[in-house]
Formats: sequence, C-alpha cells, structure tokens
Amino acid sequence: MIISKKDIPGFLDKLISEYQVFAPVQEGSYTLFKSITSGTDAVLTADNTKLPAKEIFFPQSEKLFNYNVTETGAKLETDIDDRKKVIFGVRPCDARSLVLLDNVFNNDKFQDPYYLTRRANTIMVGIGCNTPASTCFCTSVKGGPFDTTGLDLLLIDTGDAFVVEVVSDKGKALAKQAGFAAASDNDKSAAAKAKEAAKVTCQVNIDGLKDKLDINFYAPIWDKIHEKCLGCGACTYLCPTCHCFDIVDDAVDCNGCRVRNWDSCAFPIFTLHGSGHNPRTSNKERYRNRIMHKFKYFVDNFGEIACVGCGRCIKNCPVNMDIRVVLDDVRGSEARLDS
Amino acid sequence: MPKLAEQIKDAAKKLLAEQKVDLVVGFAEGSLPLRGTPLFARTPEEADKLTWNLGCENNLANYLRKKPGKVAVVAKGCDVRAIIALVKENQINRDDLYIIGVPCSGMIDRKKTAALLDDEDILAIEESGDTVVIKSNNSSATAKVADLLHNSCRDCSYGNPVIYDELVGELLPEKEAADFTEINDFEAKSVAERRAFMNSEFSKCIRCYACRNACPLCYCEECFVDCNQPEWIGKSAYNTEDNILFQVVRVFHCAGRCVDCGACERACPMGINLRLLTRKLVKDVKELYNAEAGVNMEDKPALATFTVDDPEAFLLKE
Repeated sequence: MIISKKDIPGFLDKLISEYQVFAPVQEGSYTLFKSITSGTDAVLTADNTKLPAKEIFFPQSEKLFNYNVTETGAKLETDIDDRKKVIFGVRPCDARSLVLLDNVFNNDKFQDPYYLTRRANTIMVGIGCNTPASTCFCTSVKGGPFDTTGLDLLLIDTGDAFVVEVVSDKGKALAKQAGFAAASDNDKSAAAKAKEAAKVTCQVNIDGLKDKLDINFYAPIWDKIHEKCLGCGACTYLCPTCHCFDIVDDAVDCNGCRVRNWDSCAFPIFTLHGSGHNPRTSNKERYRNRIMHKFKYFVDNFGEIACVGCGRCIKNCPVNMDIRVVLDDVRGSEARLDS
Repeated sequence: MPKLAEQIKDAAKKLLAEQKVDLVVGFAEGSLPLRGTPLFARTPEEADKLTWNLGCENNLANYLRKKPGKVAVVAKGCDVRAIIALVKENQINRDDLYIIGVPCSGMIDRKKTAALLDDEDILAIEESGDTVVIKSNNSSATAKVADLLHNSCRDCSYGNPVIYDELVGELLPEKEAADFTEINDFEAKSVAERRAFMNSEFSKCIRCYACRNACPLCYCEECFVDCNQPEWIGKSAYNTEDNILFQVVRVFHCAGRCVDCGACERACPMGINLRLLTRKLVKDVKELYNAEAGVNMEDKPALATFTVDDPEAFLLKE
C-alpha cells in the first residue's frame, strides 16, 4: 500500500475526528510529540523528537488519583486515560522502547493500569529512518532503522510518498479503514532501495558487556567514568527506556492528588533513605547504576538491554558524556572475567 | 587553536611530571564534531589527551570545589571569573589551585551551526582561522566564528583570564562590555507580556536541573527543590508556576555571584532562554552597586558588603 505525502494532512485530519492523534510538532529548534488538531501540524521530516514517545504513555507527571477526606470519609477518584490514540511518525527506536517498557509496567508482579490502558488503546504508525543520524546505534542493540518491533504500521519514505507496511492486525484494520492505494512494483522496489540505502554508521560493541558488568561492580573503572558527569537528569529524562519514578502527594491537608513523577538515578535524593542514609553516596554510584540498570539489571530481569540506541543522551548531555564511549571503557576495563 | 592545544598539553605534562599538581582539569576531544569534553588528567600520559577548540564550552570551575590535593585547571575567561567567585566564597583554596589561563574569544553554539544546515545532522566542523566549515551528509556551509558564538560569549568582555599562574597563548585585545539591549527590551514589555513569555519558556522545562548542575555557583549541599520537609516547591513538572519558581529562586540566589558564563543556558536540553533571567540580575547588580562578580580578587561580593551610599530604592524614596 502507499500514501502520497500530499495526502498525509488529509489522512491525519480524518484520524483526528476519531482518535487523539500525536505527531512530531516543531517547537523552536526541535520537535516534540504533541496531540495535533490539524494534519498540517505534523512534521515528518525531522529526526527524532527531543523527548521520546514514552511520555505519551508514561507522562513526566501523572495524576494517579484525586482524594479528599471529609467528616463522612475519604473519597478517591481515578481518571484513567482510555481515549483511542494514534501515534503518527514515531521512529522505530521509540516504538521498540515501548516494548521494553511493557516488561516494567506489565509483569507477574505488577500491571500498571494507566500505562497499559493507553498502550491497549493506541495504534503506532512508524516512519523508517532513511538517513540515521551519526549518533544512532540502534543496530547494535537489536533495533534497526526499519525495525517494526512495537509498530502497527511502518511507513517507508520513497520521496513523494510513503510505502505502507502492515505489521499487526491493528495496523491492518487502520490501513483498510484509510483505504490506502495499492503500491506498484516500482513503489515496492523504491521502498526496498530506501531500506537498503539506510546505513547506521555507528556501531557499539556490546559483546561480553553483560559478563563484565556481572563482576565489575567494585572495579576501579567506575572511579573515573563518572568524573565529568554533572549529575543532572537530562540523559534519563530524554531516554526512551528510563522509567524510574517517584510518587508524591500534591495536596493541601487531606485534599489533593497523588502524582507519579519521573525520577532520575543521577539525583542525590534518588535513593536517599528517610534515615538520612544514602546507599549511593556520590556520582560514582549513581552513574554506575544508570549503566548497570540498562545493561545488566534489566537483562537479568527481562532478558533485554534497556537501550534502543536513539542517541538522545549523546546529543543532549551538557558535558558530552557519551554512552558509547562509556560502554567501550567498561568493556575494555581491567575487571577480569576469570577473577 | 592547535598551537594552543600543544601549549596546554606541555604546561599540563610539566606540572604533572614535576609533581607540582596531582590533577589537571581540562578538555579532551569530545565525541561530537568540534566538541570539547572535560578531562581529568593525573599522569603526563593522560595529559596527552588535552586539547583546545571552539567547543570547550563547559565551565570547568564546576569541578574544582572540594577536590583533594593540588589541582591545575585549564581556564578561559569565564572559568576564571567563576573560580574567583568560588575562592571568595571559601569553596576553593587559591593556594591549592594552579590556573593555566587561556585567552578566549568565544565558543561556538552548535544550535547556530545546525541551523545553518537546516538542522541536518552535523558530521564535521572544521576550524580555519576566523571561519568554520560545517558539513552534513548532503551540504556544507562556511560561516564566521563570530556569527556562531554563544550569546554569552558574544556579550563577554572578559575573554582574557583576569588572574592566572601561567598564561597560554597571547592576551586578546580588550573588548568593550556589551550593552543590555535584550534586557532593556524585556523590561520595556508590560507585566502581562513578561508573564506570557515566562509561561511559554518555562512550560518547556522538564526539571532535569541541568542548568543548576552546570552552574559553577550553584553548589548548595541541598537545593531547595530537593527538600521535601518543608516542601518549598511542587515536585511535579506539569505546573509551569513551579518551574518558574525554581528558576527564579535559582537566579536570585546567584544575584551578585553570577559571572554570566551562560553555562546554565548551554546545558538546558530544552533550549530555554535562561540567560535572560541571569543577565537581568547581572544588569541590576551592575546598575545598583557598580559591581561585577569575579572580575578581581579584591572586591567583596556585591551582596556580602555594604556602604552607606548603597541605593535603597526598594526601601526608601530616594
């Protein structure tokens, strides 16, 4: 199937009448996923959005419930967002990140209704990456510029049109409803060419990384790696797979709401105990946790690396702390696998 | 620049080899085009990685507080101003710090370079005298360095380090202090317009605190935003009012201490115009007390001193 680029705004307008549609929207020098009211608002030419698509499913601050306590008792009100949504123009790395996050929000112990309701009611329409950025390393972490993991439809840019690849039943239904034209053999071969031409030039070698992390918790490498890290939350907040959160009450007396906020392992209060003790006393322990969580603990827990290679942390770190360099340093460090 | 880099390397290696210092804080080549990244060298071999380019934008004074032993720092004008401010606040012992001063005519703003190529992925930036050539996959552009500087660098008149133990390179010609046009324009707006601007800027804030952590003068053991008993400020990011409160308190806390290095604005991943606020305070302190932070070792910080002819317009009709 195929849709001409000039038909995209009209297609989105039709979707908007039925769904809450999120698409990349220009905000100054970058794009962000926003709920759009007109198909012409969508910017499909830019590379990744500044903030990942995770914020649609797991917002930075989410009201879990409102409460008020009166003489007659306590009253709780929960408002779970079950609007039907389409995420349009998501990149394969971000789509894959949600499949990783599903492990956290839906497992044997916990099922998070806020996240899962949104996931169940959302159709993911991705756009493949014809020109991956120099900071992209998706192919090193099981992804790829045209990876369909987590997508319902994948669009492949062939110049004046997008060739539409159906990935799931949800996607099939949407494509049928949209009435996309059939792609000609020429279109199909143009899509195949685009896929072939897309090169992820940056590779990060993660062979043996997990083995190393299994044994190097106390290795001297951690004394050096963190040294330039400022301890801000830019990398974690811009990361599509970071998912740590804190729960606070936003209330006056007994009336208010309970809110779930993104948290960051880089912050000194992240593991600060009520007693005043902090098991992660310095940046060293905090930065180590970020690497361990992504490349060891998440693998231990769910069998996957919690990094999709989107490059946001690389591009946005105020001091050019580059996760590719860090992983290289860890792999090449002195901690011996046979010790 | 390559010559400066060699001189910095030589100076650092000598200091380490002669064991005059235990550590040299400087810049190494970063992983992105024309990006310097902080380097901590403890041996002459490690010091071999030191460099100097138009992307050495971080304020290294940030790394000097409470470092044990003797430390040398590769410091441009704004780093030195921050060092002076920190020495005055008892955060750095001047006797334990060796300053390798580097005259600086400004660092380039990668957002401005990217804009030249329609925000394409920049693959290389090559320095050649007072111009740079910026290359992406499909195109390239040549631009004057002066047109690509960070706004803080454009406005800076302290590119020459005001104190140092050793100077690398040649002192630059004195530059006149920039005026406060942007601040004057902002002040001329109505209250409602200013409020609208603040709301629009701070609705972008994600409370990652990169601004605070990049600021060499923001060093409170416990920042008021991290305190929850009492909870001075809401912890959630959906409230723009709280985002504004955070930044306004931060900026006021830096009044008379801020050296206008622009580190906060450069660190912000969301591109918030933070310097409008910090520079407003720089202007107020200059106008009220004829003071600038960190420009010499003698002056007391503006808000740590008092003279009988200090203006008191906030209190008395003058």
